Order: sequence, then C-alpha cells, then structure tokens
Amino acid sequence: MPQNTLIVVVKQSCQTCQLVEPVLQQLQQSGLLSAVYSQDDPDFPAGIDTVVDDSNLHQSWQRKIEIVPTLIRLEGGEEVERSEGWDRQQWAQLAAIDELGATLPASRPGCASKSIDPGMEEKLNIRFAGDGLEARRVTIGDDEDEMEAMFERGWSDGLPLVPPTPERVLRMLKGTTRAAHEIVGQAPPDLVDCTVEKVAVNAVMAGCKPEYMPVVLAAVEAALSEKFCMHGVLATTMFCGPIVIVNGPVTRAIDMNWSNNALGQGNRANATIGRALQLIIRNVGGGKPGEIDRAALGSPGKYTFCFAEDETDSFWTPLAQERGAAVGSSAVTVFAGEGVQGVVDQKARSPEALTASFAASLLAVSNIKSAMGGDAILVVCPEHVNVYRDAGWDKARLHSELANRLVRDGEQLVAGAQGIDEGLPAWVAGKQIPKFKPGGLMIVRAGGDAGKFSAILSGWGASGDVGSTPVTLELSE
Amino acid sequence: MTTERVLMDPTAELNTSARERTPRPAQLDGLRVGILDISKPRGDLFMSHLAKRLRERGMEAVEFVKPTFTRVAPPALLAQMVGNVDVVIEGLAD
Repeated sequence: MPQNTLIVVVKQSCQTCQLVEPVLQQLQQSGLLSAVYSQDDPDFPAGIDTVVDDSNLHQSWQRKIEIVPTLIRLEGGEEVERSEGWDRQQWAQLAAIDELGATLPASRPGCASKSIDPGMEEKLNIRFAGDGLEARRVTIGDDEDEMEAMFERGWSDGLPLVPPTPERVLRMLKGTTRAAHEIVGQAPPDLVDCTVEKVAVNAVMAGCKPEYMPVVLAAVEAALSEKFCMHGVLATTMFCGPIVIVNGPVTRAIDMNWSNNALGQGNRANATIGRALQLIIRNVGGGKPGEIDRAALGSPGKYTFCFAEDETDSFWTPLAQERGAAVGSSAVTVFAGEGVQGVVDQKARSPEALTASFAASLLAVSNIKSAMGGDAILVVCPEHVNVYRDAGWDKARLHSELANRLVRDGEQLVAGAQGIDEGLPAWVAGKQIPKFKPGGLMIVRAGGDAGKFSAILSGWGASGDVGSTPVTLELSE
Repeated sequence: MTTERVLMDPTAELNTSARERTPRPAQLDGLRVGILDISKPRGDLFMSHLAKRLRERGMEAVEFVKPTFTRVAPPALLAQMVGNVDVVIEGLAD
C-alpha cells in the first residue's frame, strides 16, 4: 500500500457528494485514491474504479462516519486526518493537490451519514459488534446510579442485582452451547417465550457464573413444563416456590453445597441458581407478589431455594436416578415446596425408632388431619443416614418402612375429629388413608457431618393432576 | 473504570396496552349468566346453588367448570363461553 492513501465515503442522495464527483475523478487520476465507499448506490460516483459498495455500512460504522462526503487520509493504513463535507482548501491540503476542485464553490456542508440515521447505530452495533444479542438495550442516564436504576425498574426481588451489561450477558451465554434465541419455555403468568438469552440476562443479575448455565436452563425448563404448573405455584395463596435439587457430576464441577448449611446461605451456586429461576418468573413471566402472586405468607425460599444432594456415599441412590435419570447423569428436580420443618432426633439408635420419629413429623405436614394432598421431601442428614447404613437400610427400604407408618385410620382424619375442624370427608371413615399419594414422598441426603437434625420440606397442597407434580430433567449439556 | 451505561432488558419487553372493559351491566334481567366453577373444594355446591337462585328469579344461568383452579381456563372452555353468555360469575376463590 502506498505511503499516503485517500479514501472517501459518500452517498448518492447527498447533493454535496454529487457536487464532488469530478473531484473524486481527479483524485483517482492522481493515483492516491484507494477506495470510495458508497452508502446507497454502487454505481455512484461514476467513472471511479475503486467504488466499494458499503450499503451494509460496515466501513462507515467502523470508521465512525458522521458526515458525507468524508475524505480521510491514511498513512500506513492508519487514519491521520479527515475532512467532513466539501472544503476546497482542506481537501487540497489533504490530497496535496493545489488545483483540486478549482471550479467548485469554496465549501459546501455535507449530509448526515446513513450510519447515524435514527436507531441505526444500535442496529450496526449488533450487526458488526457480532454480539447477536436480541434483547432491548436499556440505557442508564448519565446521572443515574445503575444499581438504583434496576430497583426502580422493578427488576429486583428486593436484593441488589448484578447489572446485566452486554459483556456480562455474552460471557454468561458462553456457559451454554445452546443458541441465545432458543426458546426454553413459556413463562407464566404472561406466557411469554423465554429464550436462552433472557435466562442469561437474569442469571447475570442473580450473580451466576457462566458454568451454572446448564443447571439454570434445566431448572427453568423443568419449572416451565406443563406438569410443574408454575402458574399455579406462583398464583397460590399458599407458601410455595420452586425448590431446585441438583444431582450428578455437575454438583462437584460447579462447587455446589450439599454439606454444612446446605439449605442455607454462603454458597454461590446454591444461592444464585435458585435466584435466577425466581428472577425469570418475575421479569420474563411478569409474576410478582401482590399481583398474580397472591401468597398470604410465602417463604424465604422464594428468594432462592436450591441445593445439591449429598452423593458421597453410593449406599443411597441419588434422587434423580430414583426418578428415572440415567446413572451417573447430572439432573435437576424441581419441587413446589414450602419451608424447612426441622426434625430433631438425637436419641434414636435403631432404624425403627428413627423412622417412627420421621413418620410422626411427616404426619403433621400441612395439617395433622390432612392426607393425599401435598407432597413432601425428607432431607436426611448424614448422622441419621448412618443409623440406616449401620442397619443396612437403603433408601428403598426406608421408603417402604415409612409408607407403612404413614397410613392412618380414616375416622381419625374426618373433618371435626379430635376437635379439629380441618380434615377429610366422612366417607374416609373405615378406610386406611396414606398421608401421601403414591410417589408423593421424596427422600434426599444432605447436611453437615455433625448434628442429628433432619428436615422436611413440605409441598404445595395442590399436587398431582390438580396442581403441581415434581419434574426431574437431565441436563442437556 | 468505565461506568456501565447499557443494560440488557431482563423482562419480556411487553408493550402493554390498556383496553376498555365491557361496562358492568346495571342489572342481570334478560342477560345470559355464565356460572364458572373453578373446582375449589365444595365450590361446586356454592356455584350450583347460585345458579339455582338465579333461575328461580327467571334468569338464564349456564354452568361451566374449570378442570382445576391451579391452571388458567383451557381455551376450549373459553371458546364455549364467549358468545354464549353475556356475563360470567366466577368462583370460588379463597
């Protein structure tokens, strides 16, 4: 490339560009003209060999052209100076040609470049910055604090959010092989298509790392599936929110917590995966407390409720595997769950005694008189698992032993019995009534090494066909 | 440090438009009244009693049932109701 090169950007619809057509021909004869980028007509200007079609505005965008015509002088390929509009003196000096455009008026203002037409800059950023993000870009005013701005726009669950800049969202999307425009499901209550990109935006806000994306996506997909009934889970006057339980190698890969304080705070993956799902329901679905969310009390779990099962002892089958996931796979199970009901048993040394303890607490779920309503999850802590391990009771055995202890005579449960008005219709008298419907009780292992304290996570009263069924989904990546 | 000035929109970006509700009629005489039971326990007793009382007053009451209170009404049910009733009484919630 010659030491000194000239390039010009023009558009045919600009009168000043038409005016300088002969000047461009002069420049061509001088041998200095490297290219003329035409924004709207590759046949303009006439008589120029080096016209380049810039109708996609790539060069104009890259060189930040604001006015046409613009004459740019390059040295060694780098811009050293430019002249906007037609100015005989400036152009002559730039081109080092004294008589350049001698017959033309001394100067004429140019026109706006097509690359700065209204809305064009954003389009071109998407087109050429190659980020491919389709979500609307929200500009925060110069005097706005972006943290406050997000609160004010109603995006928050009450806690601060990580600002979802394009860079952060792009980084988050690198955590998944799925395409950004792919639809994960329809988010209630507004039943809007939730794309992978929208999941990423909310995952950024929640504080997720990109490596959490496969888990977040699986949780969202499971929560938006028909069986889970997310609309009902959201709209109910009862307590519930989605609880996410994660199984498989992914729990180790992303450093989840299944041990000390597994149901509590302190672990980023646990905290942010659950939060991302809730933010998606809020922001994409439009589900907010006091609006479609009519929970009388709700629960702290509606900020986030996500943990990993303790799989360090292969004696107990992982929950997802019990529910059909492939051995060794990573999977999520979403459950419409309420709070944490502690079961303290520091004396049981036999599996029978411990199981009796668990059963008595399980019978009280929702209401002591209720049955065949909500589901529940029994979270057995390691010290309690040891009681079962020592006796050779695996999970399947515990399930069946519990089932035996969770059946009651119907007449105890009839509405009004024992002075409690709640209860079941009179026809249950004389029948054996299980507390939970078949498959309604799930068992997982989690918790720290010390402490004989297990827990019950009760489920939404409307379960099965009437309401929500837990959904287990293997990760797709 | 550069200040972040552009954020990606986390919402559904819906442009909600306000729509005029059909005005509530001053009275039910001459109107076809739809009674929609949302399948809450014992709601059927209340709603069918309501239908009975309306018929006693000489009104036309048409009864419908949603399969479950936990999900929005199926489109087929809505299609059944639209054009066949003039007003809907829906119940029974908490």
